[in-house]
Amino acid sequence: MSTEYNGYVTEETIEGTEDGPLAGKTVAIKDNISTEGVPTTCGSAMLEGYVPPYDATVVSRVKEAGGTIPGKTNMDEFGMGTTNETSAFGSVENPAAEGHVPGGSSGGSAAVVAAGDADMALGSDTGGSVRCPAAFCGVVGIKPTYGLVSRYGLVAYANSLEQIGPLAPTVEEAAELLEVIAGPDEHDGTTRDATDHGTDYDFAAAADGDVDGLSIGVPTELVEGADEEVVETFWDAIDELEAQGASYHEVELPSVEHAVEAYYVIAMSEASSNLARFDGVRYGPSPDYEGNWNEEFAKVREEGFGPEVKRRVLLGTYALSAGYQDKYYKKAQDARAWVKQDFDEALSEADVLASPTMPVPPFELGESLDDPLKMYLADANTTPVNLANLPAISVPAGETSDGLPVGLQLVGPAFGEKTIIRAGSALA
Amino acid sequence: MSDSVVDPDEVGHVADLARVDLSEEEREQFAEQFADILSYFETLEEVPDIEREPELTNVMRPDERRESLSQDEALRNAPETEDGYFKGPKVS
Repeated sequence: MSTEYNGYVTEETIEGTEDGPLAGKTVAIKDNISTEGVPTTCGSAMLEGYVPPYDATVVSRVKEAGGTIPGKTNMDEFGMGTTNETSAFGSVENPAAEGHVPGGSSGGSAAVVAAGDADMALGSDTGGSVRCPAAFCGVVGIKPTYGLVSRYGLVAYANSLEQIGPLAPTVEEAAELLEVIAGPDEHDGTTRDATDHGTDYDFAAAADGDVDGLSIGVPTELVEGADEEVVETFWDAIDELEAQGASYHEVELPSVEHAVEAYYVIAMSEASSNLARFDGVRYGPSPDYEGNWNEEFAKVREEGFGPEVKRRVLLGTYALSAGYQDKYYKKAQDARAWVKQDFDEALSEADVLASPTMPVPPFELGESLDDPLKMYLADANTTPVNLANLPAISVPAGETSDGLPVGLQLVGPAFGEKTIIRAGSALA
Repeated sequence: MSDSVVDPDEVGHVADLARVDLSEEEREQFAEQFADILSYFETLEEVPDIEREPELTNVMRPDERRESLSQDEALRNAPETEDGYFKGPKVS
C-alpha cells in the first residue's frame, strides 16, 4: 500500500490545468467520487476494478482550478461507517493517534491530510463522514449546506442527506477548496445558487478570524452525554472564542434526542433503494449465470457487500416494508422536520451553534466492530445537521490528556458557510 | 421486550426481499444485532406528529438531445456483454 497507514485505495496522479487557485496543491479524492479513467471502488469489493467513464463535477472543478489529484482515498464501504473499518481494502490507522481509527467514513481523506501526504482532500458527509474524521485526525472539515455542492458523480448512499465537502489543515485552506467546488450544476437538480440566498462564494476571504460580537449557542443535549475530557476541551475552545470577543448562551434542542435513530432509518431506507443497482450486470463481480436473475443477483450481492452494507440494506428494506413504513420511516421524517424547526429556532437567536464534533475521542482499532449500535451512537452530534440540511465545520479544539484529537463543531444557518468559516478560523 | 424482535427466519425473509444471500451464521448474528437496533429505532414513537411542509420543487429542463456516454463507454465495466448489450442471467 502506498502509505503505511493505508490512506489510499489507489495512488495515481491526475494532473490539473497549470493555472488556477489550486495550482501547486494536491487534492486527494474520496473513493466514492468518480474520476474518469481511474478506479473508484467506494471501499467495496463490489466495485473493485470499476473505472468510471466520466469525472464527477467536483473533480472537473478541482482539475480546472489547477489542483493535482494524488490518489483516491480509503473509506468505509459505500460511506457506511464511523471508523473506516468497514472498508474492503483494510482499516486506516490514524496518523495523529497511533493504534486508533481515523474516523469515518472519509477516514482516508482526513488521514492523508493529517499525515501531510496531500495538501487537501474531498470527502462526503451523509451523517458526519467529513466532520468525524476531521475531528479524529485533528484537521478541518466542512459539511456544506445541502445543495451548495454538486453531487454529480458521487456514488449515492443516501441522497437526501449527503454533501461533498473539503478537508484541510486550516480553515482558510478548506474554504479555498470549498470555493472551487461550490455552485450550481446542471447535472445535479438539487444544487442551488448561494447568490439566490443572500450570500456569495467568497469563502476564503471569510477566514479572517474575526469573532468580535459573535453569538454562540451551545445546545446542552449535545454536550451533556459526551466524554468528560472531550467536554473539558470543548469548553476551553469556547473560552478562547470568548476571549476573542464572542459570547455564548445555552440553548435547548429537545428533538436531537431522536436524531440518530431518525438519521439511520432514513439513510438505511435510501441505501436499500440506491444499492439495488449493484446487480453484477453493468459492473461488479462476474457472476456465473447458473441460476435465474434473482438467484444470481442475490449471490453477487452476498459476495460483493461487506457485513455493514448488508445490515443497512436489510434494515432499510425492513423499515420500508409493508406494515412497518408508518412506524419507522414516517416517524423518522417527523423527527427530521422537528430537528429542522429546533435548529431554525436556536439559530434565530445565535449566529452559530457549537458542540463537540464527536462525543468521544477516536476509538481504538477494532473496538466497535462487533457492536454496530455503539458505532451509530457516536454520530449523535453530527447527524442532526444533515437532517436539518445545514452547514457545519469541524475545527481542532485540542487534545485529551492521552494526546487524542478533539474537534469543535460549529453549525450555521442555511447558506451561512461564511459565518462558520469566520468563526472557525479564530481557532485554526 | 419490543414487538419487532426478529428471528433468523425473518432476517432471511428480508434478505430475500433485498436480494442478498446470507449464510446461516450471518442470519443469526443479524437477528441478534437487529433486535438491539430496532428497539432503539422504536424510540421514534416518542416523536410528536409534526406539521411538515415539503420543501420540494420540480427541476425541469428542455427535453433536448445532448452528449452522453458512448455505447463502448457504457459497457466498459460490464463483466459480460454480447453484441453491444449487457448480458445478464435469465429472468426466469
